[in-house]
Amino acid sequence: MEIERKLYKNSSPDAIAERLLSAGKKVTAPVRSGKIVDLKEISKPSEIEYNALTSVQSAKKVAFPKVDKVVEYEVLKDTVNTLEVDFEAFPEQVLFGVKPCDAAGFIPLKAVFNWDYADQFFLKRYEKTTIISFACPKADEYCFCTSVGGNPGSTAGSDIQFTRTGDDEFLVEIITPKGKTVSALFEDILVPDSSNIDKEKFLASVPKAFSFEEVSAKLSSLFESPVWEEQAIRCLGCGACAFVCPTCACFDLQDEKNSGKGTRLKLWDSCGYSAFTVHTSGHNPRESQGERWRQRVMHKFSYMPHRLDVRGCTGCGRCSRSCPVDMNIKEHITQIDSL
Amino acid sequence: MSNLIETAEELLQKNKVNLIIGYEKGTGSKTRPVFIRKAEDAKKLVFDNNQKQNLVVYLLRSEVKKAGKTAFVATVPALRSMLQLASECQIKDKELIAIHARDNQDVIVFEDFKSIEEFLTTADTGFTAVESELLAKLMAMTVSERFDFWTSEFEKCIKCYACRAACPMCYCGRCTTECNQPQWVAPASHPLGVFEWHLMRAMHLTGRCVNCSECATACPVDIPLNLLTYSLMETLETGFGAKAGMKADAKYALSVYKPDDKESFIQ
Repeated sequence: MEIERKLYKNSSPDAIAERLLSAGKKVTAPVRSGKIVDLKEISKPSEIEYNALTSVQSAKKVAFPKVDKVVEYEVLKDTVNTLEVDFEAFPEQVLFGVKPCDAAGFIPLKAVFNWDYADQFFLKRYEKTTIISFACPKADEYCFCTSVGGNPGSTAGSDIQFTRTGDDEFLVEIITPKGKTVSALFEDILVPDSSNIDKEKFLASVPKAFSFEEVSAKLSSLFESPVWEEQAIRCLGCGACAFVCPTCACFDLQDEKNSGKGTRLKLWDSCGYSAFTVHTSGHNPRESQGERWRQRVMHKFSYMPHRLDVRGCTGCGRCSRSCPVDMNIKEHITQIDSL
Repeated sequence: MSNLIETAEELLQKNKVNLIIGYEKGTGSKTRPVFIRKAEDAKKLVFDNNQKQNLVVYLLRSEVKKAGKTAFVATVPALRSMLQLASECQIKDKELIAIHARDNQDVIVFEDFKSIEEFLTTADTGFTAVESELLAKLMAMTVSERFDFWTSEFEKCIKCYACRAACPMCYCGRCTTECNQPQWVAPASHPLGVFEWHLMRAMHLTGRCVNCSECATACPVDIPLNLLTYSLMETLETGFGAKAGMKADAKYALSVYKPDDKESFIQ
C-alpha cells in the first residue's frame, strides 16, 4: 500500500501507547532499569523511555524469545503423549518505540524462519505483531545503518513509523495494512499532514562506512584470509553479540525432563561459542575463535544475502556496544572492505 | 605514557618476550585488549583508569601459548588472578612477565611469582568503599528481600555467558552447563536455569575469585554479578584465613585437610 502520512500534535506519544494498552494489546517498549534501557512489556505508558539511543537488546525476542517451549511430552510404556503449542493463543502485540534497525531485523528473521521449514513459533508470533518504530533523531559512533541499506528514517519492516518533527508534533507514517488496522485505535487523534513535512530534516546523520554489496562480493574470496584470526584474537567467545543482535536466529533444542515427562525448548545459541555445532563424534567444525568469527561475519554479509536475498545485518551497532572487549563490527567490516 | 611503552619496546627488542597483551584505545570511550608482537607497535599501548578487562583471561588460550613467552599488562586483581592460576597448576613460574602500571610513568615489571607475592603484601587488595557499602546493603536485607533482589536482577539474564568468558578463573575446557548427558544445570535462561547457573558459578569461584569484577563489567544487561562472590570471599577469609591469589603455592582452602583444624567435627 502507499504510505499514509498524518500528524500527531502532542509532545508525548503516551496517548498512543495508552490506546494500544486499552485495546488489550500486549505492548513491548523501551524501559529504563538502572543503567540500561531494554525492551519490556509495559503496563502503563509512563514506563516508556523514548530518549534512549537504542535498547541493549533487539526486538527479536517478541517473536523469537530466548526460551521457547516447542512441545511437552510424556513417555509411556508403548506410546508418547504430546501436548503441542497452541499457536492461536499467541497474543496480539505491538512493538512500540523501537528503532528502524529493529524493524529491519524482522526481514532477515522472516527469511530464515521460512527457509526450508516454516517455523510457526516465529511466524505466528510475527503475524500477530505490529511494529511501530520511531525514526532516529540521534546516532552514535556504533551506528552504521546507512552502510547496510538502512537509514535513520527507513520504514522497511515497520508497520507504522513516528518521526518527531517538533516539540509538539510527530509525523506518523502508516506503512502496511497491519499498521492501518492498528492505527484505527488512534486515528481520531491524528490530523492530516497538510504541509507535507520534510522528514529528512529531523533525522540523525549516519555517515556511510562501507558498501554492503562490495563487502559481500569481496568475502567470497576471503575464506582463507588471515584477517579472521587477527580480528578475533581478543574475542572472548561469549554470546553477547549474538543475543543482542536483531538478526541472529540460531537456536539449540534442549530437553528438560524428569522421569519420562519433559519439555523440549528452543534456546538462543551463538556461533561464537566453542561448542557451537560440535559433532557427536567430537569433531568441531570451527576449532578456533578466528573460524567462529569468520562464520559470524560470513553468515551476515555473505551467506544470507546469497542464499536468502536478505542482508544479515541492520547496522544497529548493538553487538559492538555490548561486547566486553570492543569487537566493533563496523570497524572490522570497514577493515575487511579495505583488503 | 612513555614508560609503559618503553618497557614494552625493550621487552620485545631484547627478545625477552614474543607477545605483549595490553590495552589500546578502543572505539567510543572504550579501552580494549591489544596483542603486540613488534616493538614498533608498542606505541599503541595506553594506560588509563578505564582499563576494564582482566587480561589474565587470555593467558591460557592456545593462541597465546603458541606465541611463546608472553608479557601482559596487569592490574592488581590481574596479578592475583595470575597467582591463583599458579596455585591451580595452570601456569608455571617465570613463564610469564607481568607489567604492572600504576600510572603512565610508574611501571613495575614482575618476572617471577615471588616478586608479585611480595608486592601484593603491600598492595590494596581489600574491598573498595563502594564494594563494602554494597555488601553491607545486601547483608542488611532479609533473606526474602535478598531473594527478591536477585530474582529481579536475574530476570534480565540472557545466558550469553559473557560473565564466564570474561572470568580468568572460568577456564574449564568444558563447562558443566554444556554437559547434557546428564544435564546438570538447566540450559535455558528461565528463572530456574538462571539461578542454577549463577549460583553454581559463584560456588565454583569460592576461594578463587579475586574480585576483579570482570563478570559484572562484561554483562551486557548490567547484572551486578560481582556481588555474588563478596560474602563467599569474606567467609573464606574469616573462617579459613584464606584469600585467593596471594600465594602461588597456596593450597585450596576447601580441599585441604589439616589435622589441627579448629573445627572439632573433622578431627
